Amino acid sequence: MRLREPYLNAAVLLGLIALPLAALLADAPFTITLATRAVILALAAVGLNIALGIGGLVSFGHAVFFGIGGYVMGILASHAQTYTPLDLGFISIEGTKSMPVIWLSAMLISGIIAFFIGLLSLRTSGVYFIMITLAFGQLFYYFSISWPQYGGEDGLSIYMRNDFPGLNTLKPLQFFFLCFGLLCSMLFIKSKLQSAPFGLALNAARQTPLRAQAVGIEPLKLRLLAFVISGAITGLAGALFADLNRFVSPTMFSWQLSGELIVLIIIGGVGRLMGPVIGACMFVALEHFLGGLTEFWHVYLGLILLCIVLFARGGLIGLLTGKDGAKV
Amino acid sequence: MRAIAKCKWSFACLLAGAQNFGVSMSAILIIEQILNGLQFGVMLFLMAAGLTLIFGVMGLINLAHGSLYMVGAFAAASVAGLTGSFFIGLLAALIAAALAGAIIEIVVIRRLYKAAHLDQVLATFALILIFSEGTRWLFGSFPLFLEIPALLSGPIALPGGIQYPLYRLSLIAIGLAVALGLWALIEKTRIGIQIRAGENDREMIAALGVDISKLYTLVFALGAALAGTAGALVGAIQSVQVGMGEPVLILAFVVIVIGGIGSIRGAFIGALLVGLTDTLGGVFLPELLKLFMETGSAQKTGSAFASMGIYILMGGVLIWKPTGLFGARA
Amino acid sequence: MNKFLMATAALALGATSVFADVKIGMITTLSGGGAGLGIDVRDGFMLAIAQSGRNDIDVVIEDDQRKPDIAVQLSDKMIQSERVDIMTGIIWSNLAMAVVPAVTNQNVFYLSPNAGPSLLAGRGCHENYFNVAWQNDNLHEAAGAYANNAGYKNSFIMAPNYPAGQDALTGYKRFHTGDLAGEVFTKLGQTDYAAEIAQIRASGADSVYFFLPGGMGISFLKQYADSGIDIPVVGPAFSFDQGILQAVGAAALGVVNTSQWNKDIDNPTNAAFVETFQAAYGRLPSLYASQGFDTANLLISALETAHPSDADSFRDALRAANFDSTRGMFAFGPNHHPIQTIYAREVIQEGDVFTNKIIGVAFENHSDAYAGDCKM
Repeated sequence: MRLREPYLNAAVLLGLIALPLAALLADAPFTITLATRAVILALAAVGLNIALGIGGLVSFGHAVFFGIGGYVMGILASHAQTYTPLDLGFISIEGTKSMPVIWLSAMLISGIIAFFIGLLSLRTSGVYFIMITLAFGQLFYYFSISWPQYGGEDGLSIYMRNDFPGLNTLKPLQFFFLCFGLLCSMLFIKSKLQSAPFGLALNAARQTPLRAQAVGIEPLKLRLLAFVISGAITGLAGALFADLNRFVSPTMFSWQLSGELIVLIIIGGVGRLMGPVIGACMFVALEHFLGGLTEFWHVYLGLILLCIVLFARGGLIGLLTGKDGAKV
Repeated sequence: MRAIAKCKWSFACLLAGAQNFGVSMSAILIIEQILNGLQFGVMLFLMAAGLTLIFGVMGLINLAHGSLYMVGAFAAASVAGLTGSFFIGLLAALIAAALAGAIIEIVVIRRLYKAAHLDQVLATFALILIFSEGTRWLFGSFPLFLEIPALLSGPIALPGGIQYPLYRLSLIAIGLAVALGLWALIEKTRIGIQIRAGENDREMIAALGVDISKLYTLVFALGAALAGTAGALVGAIQSVQVGMGEPVLILAFVVIVIGGIGSIRGAFIGALLVGLTDTLGGVFLPELLKLFMETGSAQKTGSAFASMGIYILMGGVLIWKPTGLFGARA
Repeated sequence: MNKFLMATAALALGATSVFADVKIGMITTLSGGGAGLGIDVRDGFMLAIAQSGRNDIDVVIEDDQRKPDIAVQLSDKMIQSERVDIMTGIIWSNLAMAVVPAVTNQNVFYLSPNAGPSLLAGRGCHENYFNVAWQNDNLHEAAGAYANNAGYKNSFIMAPNYPAGQDALTGYKRFHTGDLAGEVFTKLGQTDYAAEIAQIRASGADSVYFFLPGGMGISFLKQYADSGIDIPVVGPAFSFDQGILQAVGAAALGVVNTSQWNKDIDNPTNAAFVETFQAAYGRLPSLYASQGFDTANLLISALETAHPSDADSFRDALRAANFDSTRGMFAFGPNHHPIQTIYAREVIQEGDVFTNKIIGVAFENHSDAYAGDCKM
């Protein structure tokens, strides 16, 4: 079956809208929660895909930004729920439970940290880049475990979901559409980036760095910018994830999560617009259904992933549309 | 204080100075910790050597290396349990890991050499899942029993009045022997020449008539055997349980990045650096902080920073030399 | 999803219960490195359910993989989708902190068969939350008390650098009246303790106290036994339960550990429990299994007089704790945590099997340090 990619993309989006609505009618609120989880993971992976798919930067530490987004939300919300301001010495910040403020802060801080990590890491390439991003991930992970202020390994619970003007965010469907809206906006931004001069230059720098440089493109600056944008988007996803679970913990920084984000993109198709979305949906679905079948479901998950790698190069989208994915 | 002012920067004076501040350190403790760091390092080297060989020769990122370590430990534990002999168990570990390595090379890895790094990451990540839960399926969820052979147990007295566990000394000896053996293999034998040539230019040696697929299977099995042996040796003094390989895997990656990918010498130096940094950092950072902070928080903060120590080391090395200490020019 | 249906509803002949069916949601760790504890809790729990002979209790069991976000997701599913009346099962404190507050606030009862974080015993206590095992600090406090009784005056104490580890050493210090030869925080997940053992040797301590759950404890004990140091070791039961002892072997012999339960506690319920558990599962039960067993029996005893849909009566029934516990007498304190005896036990070898034997009592009628903060 060969589908045209735009039709496939539209079908996926429509499916994602239809599923929670159907679940609402069938009175299965948990399916909506599952769908929200898939959408948030997809958002995180979309962020990673900007660095990985377009830029060719295999970041094995993107969980750093996911965790930072989560902790920004956790810190701001916990100070708000205990009515004590965050005292940084030179400035005292009141906590907040307003989602837009939290999202902006999460994106800003993730972006800034991405800037510094990128500055240090982008001097390396290939597997060295993979390892140094992994190292940063581990650094944040161990730091957050031993930092007792915000729960350490126990994590931080936020009892009430944060507020969005005009919506009742505790209702699963409303929160779902909030996340879905954000996902669509980021997908839109990504597609615009990809076809803009920035994206084209970045793509060129990924495929043939020498030739790109000969034409006057500076790969380092482009990659840094891509890394920062990518970090900011994944940070936003982290804040949403913390809101979904009403809980933040150091596991959001773990290398296993970084690996899972990469896995999501590969399942769907590297560099594809909807790759992360399909990958996330498949992954969450597999996790849920396989987990119900047997205690040792990781074995089957591994086998399925293996088959996808060996026989479905280009991910699921590649399989369905008959084209290979981007070579990274 | 005058003692410090008078003497130059010698080790004994540093100690004297430290003792003046009430820090309880002694030369014996320091030497013991250095030995500990060395032992940790040589075991890491066993893992890192296999990993760097596989990446250097085949260009393959092998996340499943930690699972091979686990396979070795489980094989050793089960065989040692059945036969009552640690050494037979160790042999079984080597064989089992090498076999497992050869099988996955032939079935899975072979198709990935031309693939992008990303696909290799995914495939070997999938292998981790299969091995981990598969092991739990076969052996159950509780850790297995594996103990040091009576021959090697207990402490022995070293010159200087130091009591050090005999087994750990043997680990250091075994690690050094393996390092020597690998060096001899790479530098002095035909296979070694093929491996070195393969690191430089794969297509050329294929053109020159070397059977690439056999070479790759051999290299992969060799790396796996090293990992399995490390698993069995370390499993005797640690816990043989599912997932024991993952933390070691991360450390091994850090080692080969510091040392330079493809370089056995780099893996050796890198492993020793990582082992010493981690061990000495964990002991001395809290002591250092106790000079400025009260004991409880000095402990916690010191311990927190010590766990980040090797990553800071790696970051520093990469900033100075982006391809590692002995890595090829980028 | 594993559904243990006690005589499926369709086949429900015979005894029809007076009340409607009860649905219990169990979220516990059944995969990965720490699965042994969850499996023990589950097995103990289900043994009691089977022995009760009731066919109106439906237990839904899910695996949290030791991940907080999965645990939260599963608890949402249990409440929204399965519509459980009661939840239980979580082993680890960090997962408990993620799940329990939301569960109890949604008017679902939670009975903890293991995790006992201090926040839920003190400031964060809730009328729907009951802990059938202990408050996390209890076993460590008991060790401190035992150390005093044994005459240890200069302890070297050690735990991993994370909240449970920090709480463990705080608990020990709360009751230990001697000096500290050393206080060390190790790295979470650390497997090589050569450096710490060298420090112990150099410290001049007369006793060692450590909290290193799971594989960490196994590693430490093996290395300590090999080091030739023979300073006595004390610890909480978490490093000396049945599952771990088989992996450590002779290295643990002689170590004293504190626990609220042991297989040789002398009462008919316990004797029957040990025998039937061994018959059903082919292994000796651990303290985790006893906790699962007691949780189920507490639940069943409450169900005799009330149904969860009448929350107030059911809560009172739970508070009454009118059941036969493997520990003998069982009573809840005002913060719904047990007031109980904590024993000191020693690791011994019985034939081929390594197990524990009670050698003394560390505390009687011991509650916890946080009950005063609970404003229920």
